[in-house]
Amino acid sequence: MAKKVMVAMSGGVDSSVAALILKEQGYDVIGVTMCFSLSRRPADGVPGRRPACCGLEGIEDARRVARDIGIPHYVLNFARDLEEMVILDFVSEYISGRTPNPCVRCNQHLKFGRLLHKARALGVSKVATGHYARVEKEGKAHVLKKGIDQKKDQSYFLCLVKRQDLPRILFPLGCMTKEEVRRVALKKGLSVADKPGSQEICFVPGNDYRAFLKERLNRACFRPGAIVDISGKVLGGHRGIFNYTVGQREGLGISAVHPLYVVRLDEKENKVVVGPREALFSRSLVAVGPNWLCARFARFARNFEKNRHLEAKIRYNQPQVPARISRLTRARLEVVFPEAQRAVTPGQFIVFYTNDVVLGGARIEQGKADAS
Amino acid sequence: MEKIYFDYAATTPADPQVLEAMKPFFHENFGNPSSIHSFGREARGAMDDARQKVSSFLGARPEEIIFTSSGTEADNFALFGVLWANAAKGNHVVTTAIEHHAVLEPARFLEKLGYKVTSVRPDKDGIVHPEDIAAAMTDQTVLVSVMHANNEIGTIQPIKEIASLVKEKGAYMHTDAVQTVGHIPVNVDDLHVDLLSLSAHKFYGPKGVGCLYVRKGTRIAPFLRGGGQERHRRASTENIPGIVGCGKALEICSRSMASEAAEQTRLRDKLMAGVQKKIDRVYLNGHAVQRLPNNVNFSVEYIEGESMLLNLDMLGVAASTGSACTSGDLEPSHVLLSIGRPHELCHGSIRLTLGRYTREEEIDRFLDVFPKIVAKLRAMSPLYDKKP
Repeated sequence: MAKKVMVAMSGGVDSSVAALILKEQGYDVIGVTMCFSLSRRPADGVPGRRPACCGLEGIEDARRVARDIGIPHYVLNFARDLEEMVILDFVSEYISGRTPNPCVRCNQHLKFGRLLHKARALGVSKVATGHYARVEKEGKAHVLKKGIDQKKDQSYFLCLVKRQDLPRILFPLGCMTKEEVRRVALKKGLSVADKPGSQEICFVPGNDYRAFLKERLNRACFRPGAIVDISGKVLGGHRGIFNYTVGQREGLGISAVHPLYVVRLDEKENKVVVGPREALFSRSLVAVGPNWLCARFARFARNFEKNRHLEAKIRYNQPQVPARISRLTRARLEVVFPEAQRAVTPGQFIVFYTNDVVLGGARIEQGKADAS
Repeated sequence: MEKIYFDYAATTPADPQVLEAMKPFFHENFGNPSSIHSFGREARGAMDDARQKVSSFLGARPEEIIFTSSGTEADNFALFGVLWANAAKGNHVVTTAIEHHAVLEPARFLEKLGYKVTSVRPDKDGIVHPEDIAAAMTDQTVLVSVMHANNEIGTIQPIKEIASLVKEKGAYMHTDAVQTVGHIPVNVDDLHVDLLSLSAHKFYGPKGVGCLYVRKGTRIAPFLRGGGQERHRRASTENIPGIVGCGKALEICSRSMASEAAEQTRLRDKLMAGVQKKIDRVYLNGHAVQRLPNNVNFSVEYIEGESMLLNLDMLGVAASTGSACTSGDLEPSHVLLSIGRPHELCHGSIRLTLGRYTREEEIDRFLDVFPKIVAKLRAMSPLYDKKP
């Protein structure tokens, strides 16, 4: 009997081609769409506000593709999981003055957490997605690698996947470029071949996170406070720190000779700290809750205090830069950059690489101007 | 692998005799019953025959039967039609918390339009008490709508008793009998109802056809307008093949219903007893006796209905659950919630509905495979082990 694999199908071109490829490789493929119940029922006469993906259209597209390529398709209920494991974190990070990355959390808890569990409950040992990343066997260990397509590589978002789950994960698109994927979709006549990709946070309608938070938060969270400069001088007022993110320049409502940027969000003091462009740069940072994807790295973690040189990304849309782990414990680490980094943002993740191997990641707690 | 179908409450296969009866009306006898010529007359004749069959099943008069496109349309028609036509009398509807969405949603919409709606809760077995209905009524109450049997938990309501109270208070009584017509005796005079909805595909007829029975003298406004069909009460060219199929299907049911119900009751009880014997912490949903002959619905503690359903599907066994996500709709079953089942048990519910073609071997096979699935899923559940 062929090996069984469950493919998470959003209805987009990537996951559709992923399912197709696995089917052609001879797997016994089961298509699954994770239903987050995001599609609001259209109220009488008013069209529902639908996020870009995962809504009804996504489910219907996925179902059609599954039928076209001849695999069973199920819609599985993840509404509660999304709420408890992703949205709660998203909201609480913002009120704590951090800028969350819900895609990392979704991969950690939903796609490679709950979905893996649900697959096992069906006697299916492997789960596949349309991510541009690779899982490869090196010796005895499985390692996570960047996707071949440098422009599309999504390994950053996978930094919190558990090491022991890697043998159960397949990324059929890891060795393809987006162009190749579209070509395959066109050649095979998939109905979603020319569907535009989505860049939005799937549960935030219209990508307006502030409006989303305002709907979710109670009034107590709308604490107005001061916007201050680095010396502490009050320059203006803010309408709740969740409205701001590090590096932000627009919408501060302050006139100054030189442009001012958000440098830091101070939850305790309820202050937004602004400064000139230079103040945005950090030579080091502190991160928490590291997850190590590479067994060797985790085992010899202590050695990394010895100036081991790595590369790191402090946000998704940024090239890898040289970095050095200067302190490391189970729960916390400090990273030093030879070149100062702009807008190190608490809540985002720092992900470590050597060449194209993903070593692990951790949530950024704060950036520091100096390399202590 | 032989497939097993345990989802007759969702839909039934059309009886081969029904199919045969319908066939001539697609190509040979394709006429429009509103036409005066011979083609039209032929179609009208077939429609009249079908109407006769439906009305005699229900103990009604042919002119009291309005063919619709579905049970859903019949329910919508009943609510909107009666409320619109009786505005002078009042603006209040009484219904229950366990109705099908085809009643609940129109009621909700009427509420938005300014009508008053009261929803009565059933007891923990899913039975609606007549005195609760009476208590919910006011002098403004125009219509009471209570389903004959519930589609999820199969509970049969005391419609006759409810209707008697409703009539005393001078309101109209509607019942959604989509789950009962063709399965148990349904007589509009015995039930004292003024309006009754049915759907052909639930009793081995075709999809796309239903009826609304409207007792003579009931004031009802058309729901679809634009033609004189169905005595000016429902515009649109009649679905003749469907209507013929509906009539034929009920004709068959009137002959076979009694013996089928007896057999299904036996298999139903065997199935439930087997499940309760082989699996611990299983709870029957709905009333043990006052329920449809073909309905089994239970909750299995510590596991999700979704997982059970998918595991069964992979073995070719078709069942249903109150918590499955089909098209973006994820709310747990409103029926199970309103009979007081906690969320966890709502999510762990599974419904098996038997039918004309169910064989005893299929029950046996289910009783063989299902406990294994439950054992496997419970082994993975972090909650199960901790309990004694």
